[in-house]
Amino acid sequence: MEVGRVKRVAGPVVQAVGLKASMYDLVLVGEEGLMSEVIGISGDKHIIQVYEDTSGIKPGEPVKETGGPLVAQLGPGILTQIYDGVQRPLPLLAERSGDFISRGLFVDGVDHKKKWEFQPLVKKGDTVKPGQPIGVVQEQLLIKHKIMVPPKHKGGVVKEIYSGNFTVEETVCVLEDGSQLTMLQKWPVRQARPVVRKLPPTIPLRTGQRVIDGFFPLAKGGTAAIPGGFGTGKTVMQQTLSKWSDVDIVIYVGCGERGNEMADLLHEFPELVDPRTNRPLLERSIVYANTSNMPVAAREASIYTGMTTAEYYRDMGYDVLMTADSTSRWAEAMRELASRLEEMPGEEGYPAYLAARLADFYERAGRAEILAGGEGSVAVVGAVSPPGGDFTEPVTQNTLRIVKVFWALDSRLTQRRHFPSINWLDSYSLYEKDLESWYAENVAADWNQLKRRAMAILQENAELEEIVMLVGSDALPEDQQLTLEVARMIINFWLAQSAFHPVDTFCPYKKQYDLMKAILTYRDYAFDALHRGVAVDQIKSVPSKDALAKLRMVEDYEPELKKVMDQMKAEFEALK
Amino acid sequence: MTKEYKTITEISGPLVFVEKTEPVGYGELVEIRTASGEVKRGQVLDTSDEIVVVQVFEGTGGLSKDSSVRFTGDVIKMPLSPSIIGRVLSGSGRPRDGGPPIVPEVEREIIGAAINPASREKPRAFIQTGISTIDGTNTLVRGQKLPIFSGAGLPHNDVALQIARQAKVVGEAEQFAVVFCAMGITNEEAQHFMADFERTGALERAVIFLNLADDPAVERLLTPKLGLTTAEYLAFDLDMHVLVIYTDMTNYCESLRQMGAAREEVPGRRGYPGYMYTDLATNYERAGIIKGKKGSITQFPILTMPGDDITHPIPDLSGYITEGQLIVSRELHRKGIYPPIDIRPSLSRLMNSGIGAGHTREDHRAVSDQLYAYYAEGCDLRGLAAIVGKEALSERDKLILEFADQFERRFVNQGRDEDRSIIETLTIGWELLSMLPETMLTRIDDKYIKKYHPKYAGTAKKE
Repeated sequence: MEVGRVKRVAGPVVQAVGLKASMYDLVLVGEEGLMSEVIGISGDKHIIQVYEDTSGIKPGEPVKETGGPLVAQLGPGILTQIYDGVQRPLPLLAERSGDFISRGLFVDGVDHKKKWEFQPLVKKGDTVKPGQPIGVVQEQLLIKHKIMVPPKHKGGVVKEIYSGNFTVEETVCVLEDGSQLTMLQKWPVRQARPVVRKLPPTIPLRTGQRVIDGFFPLAKGGTAAIPGGFGTGKTVMQQTLSKWSDVDIVIYVGCGERGNEMADLLHEFPELVDPRTNRPLLERSIVYANTSNMPVAAREASIYTGMTTAEYYRDMGYDVLMTADSTSRWAEAMRELASRLEEMPGEEGYPAYLAARLADFYERAGRAEILAGGEGSVAVVGAVSPPGGDFTEPVTQNTLRIVKVFWALDSRLTQRRHFPSINWLDSYSLYEKDLESWYAENVAADWNQLKRRAMAILQENAELEEIVMLVGSDALPEDQQLTLEVARMIINFWLAQSAFHPVDTFCPYKKQYDLMKAILTYRDYAFDALHRGVAVDQIKSVPSKDALAKLRMVEDYEPELKKVMDQMKAEFEALK
Repeated sequence: MTKEYKTITEISGPLVFVEKTEPVGYGELVEIRTASGEVKRGQVLDTSDEIVVVQVFEGTGGLSKDSSVRFTGDVIKMPLSPSIIGRVLSGSGRPRDGGPPIVPEVEREIIGAAINPASREKPRAFIQTGISTIDGTNTLVRGQKLPIFSGAGLPHNDVALQIARQAKVVGEAEQFAVVFCAMGITNEEAQHFMADFERTGALERAVIFLNLADDPAVERLLTPKLGLTTAEYLAFDLDMHVLVIYTDMTNYCESLRQMGAAREEVPGRRGYPGYMYTDLATNYERAGIIKGKKGSITQFPILTMPGDDITHPIPDLSGYITEGQLIVSRELHRKGIYPPIDIRPSLSRLMNSGIGAGHTREDHRAVSDQLYAYYAEGCDLRGLAAIVGKEALSERDKLILEFADQFERRFVNQGRDEDRSIIETLTIGWELLSMLPETMLTRIDDKYIKKYHPKYAGTAKKE
């Protein structure tokens, strides 16, 4: 392995001479051995981005090659971990260097000493192919970690297979050709892990959020973007998704996040209970925390490191949700590094390859037929933070060209304390059509119609509100006043959902349907009454209508709902 | 002893280019001696075998090709000891109060390492500022960074001073200190701050860094870093609760842009450098609490939005790093309301961890949301009322309009020395909400209405 020397240092970018390393190879810079990556080769010079602070590095210091690119270590023990952007466990870093992260620490992403109980799934004489599980480890109480033949290994006939307790580096299987398999895989983070083929998105990813599941659903393996200026509730939204989505594994990449928010997340995660299993949510999660003041190059890498672990669990046949907060910070890291390299800037100073990089990343998501046979999926929810809330900026625009779901967070809604602040007119989901038959079979046959009716009312409401802004609501004809009222109910009783209320934070499909049905039943009664000649004010003031408002906060809402609906029926019958 | 070089080849703005023989470290502290014997300090921005680029903090005036350059072999450090409390220092950390230099007990690198996110403690101690628009609707917690976004000619300094005077954690006696960093503010503004610190005795427990408008612009890049290094020392070595106020971040960013231009960097949005986000983050992120440590750092950066434009890169990028923002509104100020904090675009992201039962009161979140909702609606209705006249509005709308007016007059408006307890703030909130019929309080659980609504006062058991 060659050792080169530093020629020039300017911020996180270092030039070195005397290296033979290839593009994206990992190298160690300086006496301290700072983790770095080759990002350019020009003449005899290698251009290197350093993942750590470069203060004090001098020309002439050594640069050591490691012989390969930045890899993620994959094996039992990744779940529950909290990593930085280059997969160093943060609690281990704290043990080594105290409360502040010092430089030049090299820590394995997977504990190499811990023993895991390996149960073989194949026997001597079996033929194994790439990606096929050869054994299983109970990584967490509810998560079985499948030990697979690495995707790039050619496979073969099993000569020896062991069972018992092993570290990740010990051989658990020997093939006829003499190759030894361990529980540890290493995979270059910038390369997608292979699958047999991608599958269409026909299964919804349940989030328990009415506005999402009802109006703008995400599919398993789907991609979504949450753009929003700051203070629109984006982070709370992503955290809520991590908590409530019906996936097996949640990967949270805090890319350029706030330290205190990460602390909040790390504090909250261990206390959160998975509603489906009553086990801590952390047992099925991995967190990557690269706060905004941690080195910019590690921020750039964090997205890929996160995605690689997501794909690894997908390859075991799991459904994975990866949330990246925020991809704008990631793009900015790219821009910052590009500008240090004095590359020709594209739009707004972003590098010209911005669109290609974003597309590459989102394309790694999807529901797929995995090498082992069967299915797995990686869904990605990427937050974008457009400067000044301007959706025309390059990161947002390039993201929207790729993702299928757009949850438009709206600061006007935040100001009214309407959460989740997803604007129901600007948002869209291109999965809606693909998922309709699933909803009709599994929720209610008329759910899709109800949704369309509700959406039509909201559309009409938007148009009417413009008129109201000019002439006031009393000037509207009575039927339109009623429509405004019904829209207000949909907005306040159904679309609004409190992430902090113990019951309201998660709403099952059935309850979403029942509540919407109740609101639209009111609408039918109301228009019926109007046609009978009842005054609008009377219709608007039936007491049972307001009783609907609080139902979303009631756990066992069904008896209550029945009471309210019976009462409503009686009240409308009494209206003359 | 390190060698001195007389090999300056170019001086351009705040930058000095030195040819040299020995390798120099990136970020190293540099001392340049002028012909008249004056010593200026700088930092290495770019180092290579052939040439070293030095950014001079104290201005390049007086430098020539004959000036001698000494590379210290060390990065910039801040000398620290407990006696620093009560001192007034320059923007580059030299005594400005005529006192002796600080005899260091420790020296710390001013480029702080990032706090390991896993070592951070979740901030949740409610800080009562005595200002209703903060305590009631944008609650501050210890360890938070909450900037004040303001505009030219608005009383943001008064708000910051009132916070500095009144901020406390209820029911706790503690050691606390104020670190005040002034960047490019006028002498007059500085006097205003100093006079208030003196009046209230705060000066005795403050460390003050002053870079005034006529001090070198590049020095400003150093000021917050020195201040925050001091704050970390006070918080994590001396167990103090530190409030850091720095003003004006806009001047800091201007200096950053100036440096970027001098270095002929590829400019980003509006000419600010592409790394401005990362640079701001390395300042703002030095707030928080560390597990197992007693102290904390809470930050109040103040920035004036150029042209009151919140989408300008400075407030925009700041907002992405800080945990919310308080917006000082020109419209409220014109109405004579103090503090003119517009709660609609203001936000405290850590509010939820500091409020509710055990912190403030169980109904806090619901009351705050309800106030927000109707105040925002009321403000929208003003536009409508201006077109069609109040008479044309529905009864409900008129009610909300009246609510919004009262909200500004009774909740937002308060005296410069009025220190309201959180219970007083919530009581005012409930009084305002009682203007509306109970059926309109859709965001509040019935049990809280029964317990706290003035209508039921005396019927329910008090806590």
